[in-house]
Amino acid sequence: MTDYGNKRTIVGAHYGMRDWLSQRVTAILMVLFTIALIAQVLLKHGPLGYDLWAGIFAAQWMKFLTFVVILALAYHAWVGMRNIWMDYIKPVGLRLVLEVFTIVWLLGCVGWGTQVLWRL
Amino acid sequence: MTDTAKKRPEFRNINAFKDLTTYRMTAAAWTSILHRASGAVMFLLLPLVIWFFDTSVSSEVSFERFTSAFSSGLGIVPGWLLKLVSLGLIWGYLHHMFAGIRHLIMDIDHHAVNNQFGKTSGLTAIGLAIVLTLLLGARLFGLY
Repeated sequence: MTDYGNKRTIVGAHYGMRDWLSQRVTAILMVLFTIALIAQVLLKHGPLGYDLWAGIFAAQWMKFLTFVVILALAYHAWVGMRNIWMDYIKPVGLRLVLEVFTIVWLLGCVGWGTQVLWRL
Repeated sequence: MTDTAKKRPEFRNINAFKDLTTYRMTAAAWTSILHRASGAVMFLLLPLVIWFFDTSVSSEVSFERFTSAFSSGLGIVPGWLLKLVSLGLIWGYLHHMFAGIRHLIMDIDHHAVNNQFGKTSGLTAIGLAIVLTLLLGARLFGLY
């Protein structure tokens, strides 16, 4: 990107493509996770109790996938929620407060979810 | 020119009650706003989802607490309300996913970006989410 001369970029923050693409990549990851989870619930033998349910998440590959999906979900939700605030909330002060709340809310959930996962 | 051209209504400050109610909401418009609404609801209820995850996988004792929350309630929240909120989350997840897959199809295949596909795929996303929610809801509330 040129930032000098008469061809310099003078408009836009240029995060549009990054947000658009990351929201789609994270969405596909979550769909794959959903399919993997439903498939295991349906295909595993035995009654759907604690052992079967916790056993699904105890497998190392599932921990791997779940951890990535927790991060993907947070990033996906951040892009989406920020879009909502940018569309409807015009006073910058209030928008900043809501954006900070969004980040705090999501980071807290990422920490909690990861903690649960690592204990398994 | 100015005589024949009909003056189009111009909205500078949209009133939620006076202006929004006059919008003609097409199937694509419903899919879109429900996509956004379901996303916002899931964001707000994310701690509840993590609580479900935490209690359901952490130990057999917590798993017991997880299942009993739906039958005998959780604190001041009665079990049926928790079931209803969960069903709302289930609908939100399904609608958001189907509407999202619809977006991906439109991203990949630009022939899909037209009024007809917008309508049929929108109705498909809305319909699939509602039908699956009703089926899972019947199971959740013990109808089968």
